[in-house]
Amino acid sequence: MAFTGFFLITFLIVHAGINSCIFLNDNGKTFNIVGRFMSHNWIVRFLELGLFAGLIVHIIQGLMLWRQNVAARPVKYYSNKPEKNSTWYSRSMGLLGTLLLIFLVIHLAHFYVGTKVALYAHHDAPHNLYAEMHEVFQQWWVVAIYLLGIVALFWHLMHGFQSAFQSLGVNNKKFIPIINAAGIGYTVIICLAFALMPIAFHFGWITYTPEVVPAIPVH
Amino acid sequence: MALDSKIPHGKMDEKWDDYKGHVKLVNPANKRKLEIIVVGTGLAGASAAASLGEMGYKVKTFCFQDSPRRAHSIAAQGGINAAKNYQNDGDSVFRLFYDTVKGGDYRAREANVHRLAEVSAAIIDQCVAQGVPFAREYGGLLSNRSFGGTQVQRTFYAAGQTGQQLLLGAYSALERQVALGNVTQYSRHEMLDVVMIDGKARGIIARDLVTGELERHFGHAVLLCTGGYGNVFYLSTNAMGSNVTAAWKAHKKGAFFGNPCFTQIHPTCIPVTGDHQSKLTLMSESLRNDGRIWVPKAKDDKRKAVDIPEEERDYYLERRYPAFGNLVPRDVASRAAKERCDEGYGVGTTKLAVYLDFADAIKRYGKIEAGKTGNHHPSDDEAITLGKAVVKEKYGNLFDMYEKITGENPYEMPMRIYPAVHYTMGGLWVDYELQTSVPGLYALGEANFSDHGANRLGASALMQGLADGYFVIPYTLGNYLADEIRVNAIPLDHPAFVQTEKAVSDRLNTLINIKGTESVESFHKRLGKIMWDKCGMARNAKGLQEAIVEIQQLKKEFWSNVRIPGEVNEFNTELDKAGRVADFIELGELMCKDALNRNESCGGHFREESQTEDGEAKRDDENFSYVAAWEYKGDSNWELNKEPLEFEIVKPTQRSYK
Amino acid sequence: MEHYNMNLTLKVWKQKNSKAKGGFETYQVKNISSEMSFLEMFDVLNEQLIEENKEPIAFDHDCREGICGMCSMYINGQAHGPWQQNTTCQLHMRAFKDGDTIVVEPWRSRAFPVIKDLVVDRTSFDRIIQAGGYISVNTGNAVDANALPIDKKDADAAFMAAACIGCGACVATCKNGSAMLFTSAKVSQLALLPQGAPERETRVLNMVAQMDKEGFGNCTNTYACEAECPKGISVSNIARMNREFLSAELNSEE
Repeated sequence: MAFTGFFLITFLIVHAGINSCIFLNDNGKTFNIVGRFMSHNWIVRFLELGLFAGLIVHIIQGLMLWRQNVAARPVKYYSNKPEKNSTWYSRSMGLLGTLLLIFLVIHLAHFYVGTKVALYAHHDAPHNLYAEMHEVFQQWWVVAIYLLGIVALFWHLMHGFQSAFQSLGVNNKKFIPIINAAGIGYTVIICLAFALMPIAFHFGWITYTPEVVPAIPVH
Repeated sequence: MALDSKIPHGKMDEKWDDYKGHVKLVNPANKRKLEIIVVGTGLAGASAAASLGEMGYKVKTFCFQDSPRRAHSIAAQGGINAAKNYQNDGDSVFRLFYDTVKGGDYRAREANVHRLAEVSAAIIDQCVAQGVPFAREYGGLLSNRSFGGTQVQRTFYAAGQTGQQLLLGAYSALERQVALGNVTQYSRHEMLDVVMIDGKARGIIARDLVTGELERHFGHAVLLCTGGYGNVFYLSTNAMGSNVTAAWKAHKKGAFFGNPCFTQIHPTCIPVTGDHQSKLTLMSESLRNDGRIWVPKAKDDKRKAVDIPEEERDYYLERRYPAFGNLVPRDVASRAAKERCDEGYGVGTTKLAVYLDFADAIKRYGKIEAGKTGNHHPSDDEAITLGKAVVKEKYGNLFDMYEKITGENPYEMPMRIYPAVHYTMGGLWVDYELQTSVPGLYALGEANFSDHGANRLGASALMQGLADGYFVIPYTLGNYLADEIRVNAIPLDHPAFVQTEKAVSDRLNTLINIKGTESVESFHKRLGKIMWDKCGMARNAKGLQEAIVEIQQLKKEFWSNVRIPGEVNEFNTELDKAGRVADFIELGELMCKDALNRNESCGGHFREESQTEDGEAKRDDENFSYVAAWEYKGDSNWELNKEPLEFEIVKPTQRSYK
Repeated sequence: MEHYNMNLTLKVWKQKNSKAKGGFETYQVKNISSEMSFLEMFDVLNEQLIEENKEPIAFDHDCREGICGMCSMYINGQAHGPWQQNTTCQLHMRAFKDGDTIVVEPWRSRAFPVIKDLVVDRTSFDRIIQAGGYISVNTGNAVDANALPIDKKDADAAFMAAACIGCGACVATCKNGSAMLFTSAKVSQLALLPQGAPERETRVLNMVAQMDKEGFGNCTNTYACEAECPKGISVSNIARMNREFLSAELNSEE
């Protein structure tokens, strides 16, 4: 879990970093250039396969853990007060992960599929992801779903970040405070960045004007 | 019957080496065929079983707890003595030997004690090699402290959990042998009798405490490492399950019981709070290094301790024993506390407690701490704050334990303490080889009588348990087994096994079918009260005679009116307890007989008839310099055998701490 | 501290034996002193049951001073009850007040099957130790104790790990029924000491394998074990074991 977790943590940095280009509010120019690079560079495409593999392994490992851990306590407690000894989110990684997975399906349907369809089905037709984001986030319920997804991500990372270090054995008196602080910092920044995207589009903090975008010629 | 203690000839410091040089050995091929039963898995049992397993014997261990790691050795706090002289303060094998014989008030066997002192150093080596995390100095070497008022620092320790760490060390060695297949471990099993064949111990009958079924186990030799019998007093610092049953069954099969009346009452325990009390908790003796013990000068003083001014406090140990003060040996400190409380000066709701006060120590340490930072005239508040931190560092875990149990903060108000039964020096009589008077039956650790005389010094119980298990029995057992190599494992359908099992089974059925009205616990409490009142810290002929009659009466009542719910063939803790209490009742009678017979005061045994004018214990070497080894002759009937004690080296003198 | 008496309702798990189906029974106890320990309260209840010709409740206990690790009990939803760094035998009744209802259950874990009522079988812990929780040194093989100086820091850390009493509260508390804290305490103790070095790789691999074989769950780092451990064993031991395990795996040639 920890290895794949780290991999996904790294991915989120890249993802959040690139997407943050929208905040330049340059009508998606920079963002679309970087986006095009990401979908055309073969190294990135290769890493993308790794990402999916990592995600799937992460999910499978999670399911295996869940199955073994449920089996380890065949009779449950009648009275249990786990809140006395641990945080709710550390105990709810499976639930948070499932929510994230549901969110991910929606998320991919929104943005990933469109990009790929443009790439393969329409012979690399020009695809304005920025415009698509702008459009999608005009609906309030989509924004709400995204924010819920990000809340799940927030708590998943709040535990997952430092937990990954613990599982790999990087944890002693000296490092615990540093890791914990880094974990919280990372989680807050990443989630804030992601959360601002739908909000900013929805409330018009960043804008989109169709005619200004130069069409990218078909090869 | 004449007792042969089998002490080797020769000079005291050569006896053990000489013995080892000439003892019979068993060759490795034969060891594999020899089976040994070890009952009890505390320090003595676990270390013996592990060592014998390593040597190649086939070993079986038995303990009534769910794991060998639970044995009550685990609760020892203070430390373990060893004549290492790492501190360069003049310690030596001879001094440890001398201190132990003297501390035991000249009622121990010199040769055994000398051997104990000789092997003590190797115990520390062995434990360190096993990974026991003893306290260390910054240079990485082992740390020592002085303990129980000795003049040298020879006590090795692991914070306040030395017993735990040593036991877990022995336990890990034992588990390793289990993994290697040399030892088979039976937990939740209780030994209920010894099987005798042709005058030798050849096995045991054990009860599986989960299913209630009886099992027969053969062994070429049987080792009892079953600890002491302090629970005969009901309230003691022993674990709830600590019992005399194994030793008592052996006694009834012919093993003599040595000095049963020698009981150690520890002065610093948390006092009884009410009838509900099930056990007493020891506060380490180390507290007396800094705490001052006192009672109010006025009888029935109802003020809070902190409101009683200095001049109205009686620091009675400092008053009576100016040379040793609060550090007098355990027996002396205990009796002095009892004397004050009997006179009506006791404190707390029950009036059976004295104060152990750290206020002075806190101030003293606080001033030293302030001085380190250049503040030579700290205010009282400053000194107290700094001093509390020092005391917390030294005794924090003990103070926390006190607070958990009593709900009182010992940093703010003095602790209340009272003596409690802690250890029994008496036990099965054994010879130099640790063999009881039954061939093939051995007793190790607290279960035997041999090394502590009439009073055990602090940090010596752990030493003895491990000495017996690691370094004595591996040699002495071979001397017996060398002659047993032709004996094949005796089939379990041998009539002796069948008959013994039947007797055990009959007894269990008798017990459960009494179906009386009084619980086992209630009988145990009544026995404890008789023992504590009449065979406790101070004893006299009249009280002991009364006690014997009362115990006999109690026994009758028990066997006609005890109520044990449930069945024999199931997990039944009441039945387990009933068997143990029945044995305690019989033992209690013998203890009183022994105490009555020994009309002298020595160590933990104080006969009111034998004291000096100012109330100190008076030994009678002329008439009582012997081990009383009691032979069971039938119901309430014992014959006294005497093993004379000769002191070649440490000449008896009257102890004085004035 | 003011003493008081209380009347309580107890809901206790009763189960005849390992095969029987258990269930809760409700009992009333009266005039319980705030000075009693929790187990002394159970003594009172059991005496009462014997008086009424009923079967007493079976529970594990021995030293009653918080060191043997024999007592267990899941009290009102917490291993060893509401106090921190405390065993059931050291829990005192002043933790409760008059009229309280207290629910008492056995440790729940596949690797700790119930034997009777509140008594569970913890021999799986023995088997984990048998898998490698020792240093292979026969009696008599030892060199002088001071021949091997050990950094005080390491010795102290080893001691802190060695303070584990093997009660199983970590397993009972863990939402996954994991035995990582117990296992890692022993692995850590021996990994911190030079004496443990020769066997450190096989030790961690074998002990972890045994732990898994016994049916304990996996660690998901909720740290509930540390919070409920009566001896305050730190989860940094789990990290150390993870480290030991990874490095042993990397070095392993099997």
